[in-house]
Amino acid sequence: MVKEVTKLIHKYLRHDKKFPHVWCPGCGNGVILGALIRAIDRLGLEKDEIVLASGIGCSGRMPVYVDFNTLHATHGRALTFATGIKLAKSSLTVITVMGDGDATAIGGNHFIHAARRNLNITAIIINNQIYGMTGGQSSPTTPYGCYASTATYGHIEHAFSIAELAKTAGASFVGRGTVYHIHLLEKLIKHAIVKRGFSVVEVISNCHIQFGRRNQMEDPVTMLEWMRDHSVTVEKAKDMEAEALKGFFTIGILADVEKPIYTEEYTNIQKRAKLLNPL
Amino acid sequence: MVERVLLKGNIAIAKGAIAAGCRYYFGYPITPQNDIPEYLSSELPKVGGTFIQAESEVASINMVLGASAAGARVMTSSSGPGISLMQEGMSYMAGSELPGLIVNVMRVGPGLGGIAPTQGDYFQATKGGGHGDYFNIVLAPASVQEMYDLAIKAFELSDKYRNPAMILCDAILGQMKEPVALEEAEEVTLEAKPWALDGSKGRKPQFLKTLYLSDGEQEAHNLELKEKYDRIREEEALFEGKGLGDCEIVVVAFGTVSRIVKTAIQMARKEGIKIGMIRPITLFPFPASIIRETAKKIPRIMVVEMNTGQMLEDVKLSIENGVKLGFYGRPGGGIPTPEEILKEIKVMLDEEGF
Ligand SMILES: Cc1ncc(C[n+]2csc(CCOP(=O)(O)OP(=O)(O)O)c2C)c(N)n1
Repeated sequence: MVKEVTKLIHKYLRHDKKFPHVWCPGCGNGVILGALIRAIDRLGLEKDEIVLASGIGCSGRMPVYVDFNTLHATHGRALTFATGIKLAKSSLTVITVMGDGDATAIGGNHFIHAARRNLNITAIIINNQIYGMTGGQSSPTTPYGCYASTATYGHIEHAFSIAELAKTAGASFVGRGTVYHIHLLEKLIKHAIVKRGFSVVEVISNCHIQFGRRNQMEDPVTMLEWMRDHSVTVEKAKDMEAEALKGFFTIGILADVEKPIYTEEYTNIQKRAKLLNPL
Repeated sequence: MVERVLLKGNIAIAKGAIAAGCRYYFGYPITPQNDIPEYLSSELPKVGGTFIQAESEVASINMVLGASAAGARVMTSSSGPGISLMQEGMSYMAGSELPGLIVNVMRVGPGLGGIAPTQGDYFQATKGGGHGDYFNIVLAPASVQEMYDLAIKAFELSDKYRNPAMILCDAILGQMKEPVALEEAEEVTLEAKPWALDGSKGRKPQFLKTLYLSDGEQEAHNLELKEKYDRIREEEALFEGKGLGDCEIVVVAFGTVSRIVKTAIQMARKEGIKIGMIRPITLFPFPASIIRETAKKIPRIMVVEMNTGQMLEDVKLSIENGVKLGFYGRPGGGIPTPEEILKEIKVMLDEEGF
């Protein structure tokens, strides 16, 4: 008997066309895709109402496998396409999936400006701390001292926090989850989709092949255990001293603020423009 | 003593760059050229050089521009989508007359394309590529040995003419291994670069720019650049000729596909068909005069490329009226077989009643 969840997932996959997928056995990307599908299903959204746009990378392959309106485009530019789509058809629910390199290296500028602009878009950023697809080069989230194929003597640059960056740049909603905390992940994605405004979900994921193998965590289980042992919920972190939080990352809702979204603001501009300069 | 080692093409370029005295590499990962940054990230520190993985190709090329302005030998490498992003910096480098090596291990396009071998970036490489009136020096290796040799040559030409140089190759050349004779390691002494921004103590300050606003200044600058490109055309064109003495038809092909043509030529000789080949080694400057002169004697030319006909246009511009010109191309990652090429040549000869 096929489990209910499996049936559910199959309802959304292009399983006759696009499989087998490119992800390595044990990759966190499948876990995230599952959480995304369950979140969309539980929200009762129709397939046809969803746009899933991605950049390039292992994470960027996600739209290829699901039966939404999908766009698999240029490395780093998912949010710029999403902006165009959202403005041209604001009734659609627009979600982007990006890797850490995709979103914060080559697409870093687009990322901070999308957050600042505050369109009603959801950005899921899969942070596996490495360039997966191209062979394990360092990314902006590769931790100091870790190894990568272009950091064979240990990485000397410092990682930045995607979630904190999103917060500072002005995102309306910022959550951080992991592929270990699967229920939390689904909740965060649901929240992000429902939220009106630019919403970011940073997902800490495992690339045991490109990151783990170079950093003494060569199997997915070890990496999942690492996530379990190095994360603290936002609620618990509130009562902890900064010293005690060293070496840990927080998970949960990091920001949830109300501000006008771009399309509403622009509708007002259109009204004002017409009033001031009638045709 | 010359050392012969088995090397991957991408590594050969990286080794050639180090042998040429290149000490700075800035780049962004993209397949099928990742061996170059990966190798240089571990080798450059050993020779006192610096490697930085930039946040994008736009960043990479502008870091190249900076190091070049300070007088260093510097390079970057990428493939299609990344090379497109570098066009901004390359235009500024050409405009401010800054040397530097850009390696393009081509992949399929337009758009993202796969990583299969192709020659679709010929136009972009040889016609400038970015905005403005300029050319890059473009070298097209056809073996791993040439990946090494032409990397060194590219730095020499680039410095000599103060102009960006590009190596244009593909995944076959980048990924395959062949024996390579390496030059004996010796200290490279670079010629002085009096124009470099290396501190102005004791001399007049100088600056590098691409903006010329007074009347006629920009035009004069562009004409100076043109004069330089004409000199490059005059003095630096390189090609390999094969069987041109006694052939009935000449194939023009560069890079990877020229090797397949060589096999087709051998097959044809066994059948008594005599085919010659001109292989441009420099794509800019294009070896137009050898093609023009050869076509006067053998007025049948077949261009073979792994695209839909790009170098074909330069061959057309090189020959005079009355030359019969054929083309066979496989784009999008298609690789022609020697049999296919030979068949096309035979069709062309048959049409003429040979
Ligand atoms: C302009 C451009 N530069 C480089 C690439 C090559 N490239 C493809 S995916 C990728 C990065 C992959 O890392 P990440 O974004 O972290 O995603 P992951 O594969 O880890 O999911 C790169 C550099 C490209 N496709 N386009």
